[in-house]
Amino acid sequence: MSSIAQKKGFGATLWDYLTTVDHKKIAVMYLIAGGLFFVIGGIEAMLIRIQLAKPDNDFVSAGLFNEIITMHGTTMIFLAAMPILFGFMNAVMPLQIGARDVAFPFLNSLGFWLFLFGGLFLNLSWFMGGAPDAGWTSYASLSLASPGHGIDFYAIGLQIAGAGTYIGGINFLVTIINMRAPGMTYMRMPLFTWTTFVASALILFAFPPLTIGLFFLILDRMFGGNFFDHTMGGNTIIWEHLFWIFGHPEVYILILPAFGIFSEIFTIFSRKRLFGYSSMVFATVLIGFLGFMVWAHHMFTVGLGPTANAIFAVATMAIAVPTGMKIFNWLLTMWGGSIKVTTPMLYALGFIPSFVAGGVTGVMQGAAPLDYQLHDSYFIVAHFHYVIVGGVVLAILAAVHLYWPLMFNQMLSERLGKWTFWFFFIGFHLTFFIQHFLGLMGMPRRVFTFRADQGWDLFNLISSVGAAFMAIGVIILVYNIIVTAVRNVPVGNDPWEDGRTLEWAIPQPVPFYNFRQTPLVRGLDPFWIEKQEGNKEGMTYAEPLSDIHMPNNSFIPFVMTVGLFIAGFGALYHGEKDWALPVLILGFAITFSSMAVRSLKDDHGFHIHKEDLMNEKGGK
Amino acid sequence: MDLNKKYTPQTWPDHPEQVTMEGKNKFLGFWLFLGGETVLFASLFATYLALKNKGPSGMEFSTQSLFELPLVFVMTMILLTSSLTSVYAMYHMKNHNFKGMQLWLGITVVLGLAFLALEIYEFNHYVHLGFNYSQSAFSSAFFTLVGTHGLHVVVGLVWITLLIVRNAKRGFSLYNAPKYYTASLYWHFIDVVWVFIFTVVYLMGVVG
Repeated sequence: MSSIAQKKGFGATLWDYLTTVDHKKIAVMYLIAGGLFFVIGGIEAMLIRIQLAKPDNDFVSAGLFNEIITMHGTTMIFLAAMPILFGFMNAVMPLQIGARDVAFPFLNSLGFWLFLFGGLFLNLSWFMGGAPDAGWTSYASLSLASPGHGIDFYAIGLQIAGAGTYIGGINFLVTIINMRAPGMTYMRMPLFTWTTFVASALILFAFPPLTIGLFFLILDRMFGGNFFDHTMGGNTIIWEHLFWIFGHPEVYILILPAFGIFSEIFTIFSRKRLFGYSSMVFATVLIGFLGFMVWAHHMFTVGLGPTANAIFAVATMAIAVPTGMKIFNWLLTMWGGSIKVTTPMLYALGFIPSFVAGGVTGVMQGAAPLDYQLHDSYFIVAHFHYVIVGGVVLAILAAVHLYWPLMFNQMLSERLGKWTFWFFFIGFHLTFFIQHFLGLMGMPRRVFTFRADQGWDLFNLISSVGAAFMAIGVIILVYNIIVTAVRNVPVGNDPWEDGRTLEWAIPQPVPFYNFRQTPLVRGLDPFWIEKQEGNKEGMTYAEPLSDIHMPNNSFIPFVMTVGLFIAGFGALYHGEKDWALPVLILGFAITFSSMAVRSLKDDHGFHIHKEDLMNEKGGK
Repeated sequence: MDLNKKYTPQTWPDHPEQVTMEGKNKFLGFWLFLGGETVLFASLFATYLALKNKGPSGMEFSTQSLFELPLVFVMTMILLTSSLTSVYAMYHMKNHNFKGMQLWLGITVVLGLAFLALEIYEFNHYVHLGFNYSQSAFSSAFFTLVGTHGLHVVVGLVWITLLIVRNAKRGFSLYNAPKYYTASLYWHFIDVVWVFIFTVVYLMGVVG
């Protein structure tokens, strides 16, 4: 019965992953696919820094440079950071609340495939006539005029990937609301679950405006719409509003789970409960709420008028308050704790000053008059890399080390992990700190080169050297992963020895049905409580051993996604090639008929019988 | 729990759509989905209001010259009635009257089709006047907002029809009750959106 003991051929394993609805396997797929896109986005970043390493460089052409910066931003946000975080949410959150799986395992799989195929669609643009070149924000005034199909790949690819994210958001929300183990009240939920919850709510309300904006772009470029064309009465500012109504919450969709990961790390390695738990929850919800009130601070220079600018400036600065609460709570969690400086803890320690620096420059830009000076300069580039890399990427790297034993039953090398940290951390500050000053000196963002007599040479060179350091850090991480996989030493239960929440109470390797019996949660940090009371079994359980109901695997999500992928090409070449319309219809037909099959065919799942569970226990 | 177990009106639960874990999840997930749909339509409404009557210089079309309230009023009445009939269907589901539910859902589908036919007639009429999709920003925004609603009607009709056909010989179960329930929720949502379209697009267009 045990799924781990079975030896499978390559084909069977592949089929298993193509049809799986298990949140743990989907998490692994998110991690692999997101990691792949992270490397692609990283290579694009390296190309940018090579081009800007010296003045008057001709390493890449101006047009290609525009494509690279666009794809770097789009890839990193939509295809690397968010999916990797989704991977950790999938791997950890259901275990943290003691659930069997997510609420909609089928949709979980569908969400993953949509993300992957959307990302592939977007990246195929490199081989099919050129990538999008209007920046990751793709302002309509620029993107409508972009020749070729680059922008079309952007709009359709993000549409497909975005649908996957939206589905994932609903799934996590329902999981957290409906499937918590007995005793797991809202105010006992671990912070990572809380931040997943709020980030999912943001996804639910932030993605529809993006969907509409992208549809307008698709309709304008491919189907004769006139939303953004001012000669036909359209208005290009509509895109900016829709994009940022999505785009600003998106920042919090990324950073809140990062906050959650660091909250877990601080408590585990300070061996203390989180300081100010309720205020942390309050701050998370408040940040999520305020995140929707500030989108126009990206548009101060558009000319919305002093009243609008003032309101959005004040709302923007208000977000610093709950964020500050969080920083102090983390510091006070460490205060008096018995601190262990492991690799994840190193990242958490490095995160605090880095993120505070990014937050401070954010408040500076929140002051609308100053923003007129900083807008579209390298200061902005420095700022958002401080929050995204200094916050989200450090959290992702920390989580890779922290949750690796939980996901793969192996421990990454701590020695190599610390090397990764130091290379990445020093490289990060080397690259981006100096860009603040480049911005203040007047260097505009998104320029493909600069002249030698402007005094920007040395700073740009330093920035490029820093980027190389970051690349070395990532290469060490990849080496670490390979070495660990080859060594293949199982770690056993509670690998960090100080696990506090439910995910560390589960036996290793994690059975595909998760907890054999649903655990009973008796307070915040339930596993810690049991350990303090000397419970050798791991947890107290809320139910006797009984049959477990599991969902069936399904190939339909994959087919559904392939249908949309095909339809995407039909839309892309609409009005240009004769075969476009039939292909569009064919694609949608595949998708909708798979939906019908899913609806018409009963799928009751299956049961793992009590006897089998007991046998497995005896067999160990 | 056996999802295909046969129930009698006496044993049938009060909220059959929320008895199983799957049903509970579907119920909540669908409400959340409708929350997202609301934002989606809000974006379309906002765009429509920004681009209302905007077009190339000298455009002859405006909301006043185009829209005729009698036709739209009939459409509104038909769709509102279809919402009522879907409520009757859910009422029969709660009372374990399978035939009654199927009948009222059938009537809902017929009313939905009537609405759709009138909408196609209306769009066709505008296009013949020269007010086609590419005519102006106004036309793009109008057809996209009202057309997206129309597309939702199509999806709802196909969905409800599939449910009626699929379960015709099976009767109620705790497996299909949540499916019926969410389909009816979806139909109500379509109706609510139309109330806003009627008000914001047509009434405010002609009178406001």
